[in-house]
Amino acid sequence: MNEDRIVASKDFTNAPLCLSGRHVTKVFGFGDKKTIAVNDVSFDFHEGEFVSIVGESGSGKTTLSKILLGLLNHTEGEILFQGQPRDISTGKKRNAYWKGIQAIFQDPFSSYNSFHKIDAVLLDCINMRGGKNLPMEKKIEMMTEACSFVNLKFAELTNKYPFELSGGQMQRLMIARIFLLKPKILLADEPTSMVDACSRATILDMLLQLRDEIGMTIIFITHDIGLAYYISDTVYIMEHGKFVEYGKADEVILNPKAAYTKRLISDVPKIHEEWDLSTVDLANG
Amino acid sequence: MKNTLRNIFHSGKFVAGFVIFVILLVTIIVYPLINPGSPLEQIGVGTFAKPGTYVSLYDAAKTSPDRERETLRLSDADDKRLAKALSDSDRVLMVEWLGLKGVDLEGIDYQDTEALLELWHENYDSTFKPKGMTSAAQKKYKRLNDALLDLQTGDNLTVMSEGETLSTIKKTDYVNVGTVTNVKLLPLGTDNFGRDVLKELVGATKTSLGVGIVAGIVATLLGLSMGLLSGYVGGIVDDFIMFITNLFTVIPGFILLILISYSISQEYRGPATVAAVIGFTSWPWTARSVRSQVISLRNRDHVNLSKLSGHSMLRIVVTDILPYIASYVVMAFILQVSSGILSEAQLSLLGLGPKTTTTPTLGLMMNWAMMYSAHTNGSWWAYFPVILTITLISFSLNLMNTGLDQVFNPTLRD
Repeated sequence: MNEDRIVASKDFTNAPLCLSGRHVTKVFGFGDKKTIAVNDVSFDFHEGEFVSIVGESGSGKTTLSKILLGLLNHTEGEILFQGQPRDISTGKKRNAYWKGIQAIFQDPFSSYNSFHKIDAVLLDCINMRGGKNLPMEKKIEMMTEACSFVNLKFAELTNKYPFELSGGQMQRLMIARIFLLKPKILLADEPTSMVDACSRATILDMLLQLRDEIGMTIIFITHDIGLAYYISDTVYIMEHGKFVEYGKADEVILNPKAAYTKRLISDVPKIHEEWDLSTVDLANG
Repeated sequence: MKNTLRNIFHSGKFVAGFVIFVILLVTIIVYPLINPGSPLEQIGVGTFAKPGTYVSLYDAAKTSPDRERETLRLSDADDKRLAKALSDSDRVLMVEWLGLKGVDLEGIDYQDTEALLELWHENYDSTFKPKGMTSAAQKKYKRLNDALLDLQTGDNLTVMSEGETLSTIKKTDYVNVGTVTNVKLLPLGTDNFGRDVLKELVGATKTSLGVGIVAGIVATLLGLSMGLLSGYVGGIVDDFIMFITNLFTVIPGFILLILISYSISQEYRGPATVAAVIGFTSWPWTARSVRSQVISLRNRDHVNLSKLSGHSMLRIVVTDILPYIASYVVMAFILQVSSGILSEAQLSLLGLGPKTTTTPTLGLMMNWAMMYSAHTNGSWWAYFPVILTITLISFSLNLMNTGLDQVFNPTLRD
């Protein structure tokens, strides 16, 4: 099974810490309607690590990702960014934090403001990186470079609106955005679940390329444990707001300990296995 | 954007409403140019002159005989004149007399002027005084007889000035209306103060539309900003704004409107003030619906992405949320204008509308018609055109709104 992997699972335990959480909890509502979305989770993400958080729908993955992004306040616990307690109390501090962490969302169709042209989306990224006063030629050069990184032609995209592109192209453009922003951490919330299988492989390759070339930490959120095994260094398995198991991808997936992990693995459809026809009664079929 | 506009103008309902509205607007703009002057100018001394063309009697009589007058010998002219001159009450009197005289009344047609007159002249006797008839009644019949004789035998009219004959008008003299110097067309007659109703109506429509638009702008702006603030910021701000909105929802809006209007003294109650008051009492439902839309939008990925790009709250609201609810806001604005016009009419009907004597409004015209009992004395022209105008404005605005709704929510298309 090991030859299916495209990355060897490296040991990151000694790499510098990038983002950590200590007893992070998020509670929605109160009284009878109280829902604990994230229940006392702790984690350490290292620089250059490709982390997958795997869980079913409703397990709290997206809530956790919003907390990590600072879009949602957690109820309890502490989040450390590069070893320091994260402070996002003011707008200025938030903006500084968001220079270090960026995201790609699940649905490329709702990720864009459909009233803005693609050029505006990319120019915005250059401005955010302090390139506001660069000459226009330089900006176009940067945008062209970013687009060619994701196999898109910038010249064909100028003056187009996001809805004129396909889902796969939109998602690749999101990666081009990340390429321009060059954050320390990229949080990818199921970036491949809404695009077709061919685009999926290209997008995953681009994520790996980003990790290798820029040294980004990538937090990959998915419900597909097969995908997580294929791509990640470290895997966190999340069930009902808790991490039931975590560790190196090989260890967790090849020797699962938690019952939930075992179930998740058994649910993965296996293409390579021969079909077991013994259970099918051909005579009466 | 261009595409949306094209879609809007392909919607039959929107186009119908738009055309009606534009016709109204053009009338408001063009009519005062053709017929300038204050819409509240009193041109008549009496009340409720009927709709029609008014010809100056003086000018018609003074028209020079040789140049402008024509002689027309129309065979039925005399009959028509008589039929018109004999009022229904005269006819009743005549039949009464004939009855007293013992004439067989069966088969008599009141409306057959010729036969009635013939019978009258055969039977009238000034000395006849049956038992029980007062001399006053006898004189009444005599006066009627004199009038009837005059009608039939009356000859040429003589126009005199200080004993000198200026002109003689024969029964066969006619003038072309076009040659008479002073002719006034009053398509909708005059109202209780002798004002041209059509001119007043055009002026009133202009003021009422203005009131509606100002009320709509105030209500939409207030509702929009409250809704955006409460939906986007959330938390305590949301609770506070929703508390006020709920208060407004619980107290019937119209009663609030009456109380506020009543507490403003009449001298300060111009159309602008009334419009502002209407706007201030009708924003809550816009706020509520904008809030719910904003809440569903604020968690969308593009808003999150905008936050991650470090955009300020104002910029996110203006560029990432407002464009998505713009179509809804336009529709809300149209409805607010429509309901603003209706509210003004309701308030004015109760006498709480804008200050009188300076500008007419549709509601004020209804108020005047009601105060001077136009509806009981049959002066339909004083109130019916007003009702029709209000209906047309609301109808066109609502049609436009429905058309827009169908364009923006394709599931509603039939």
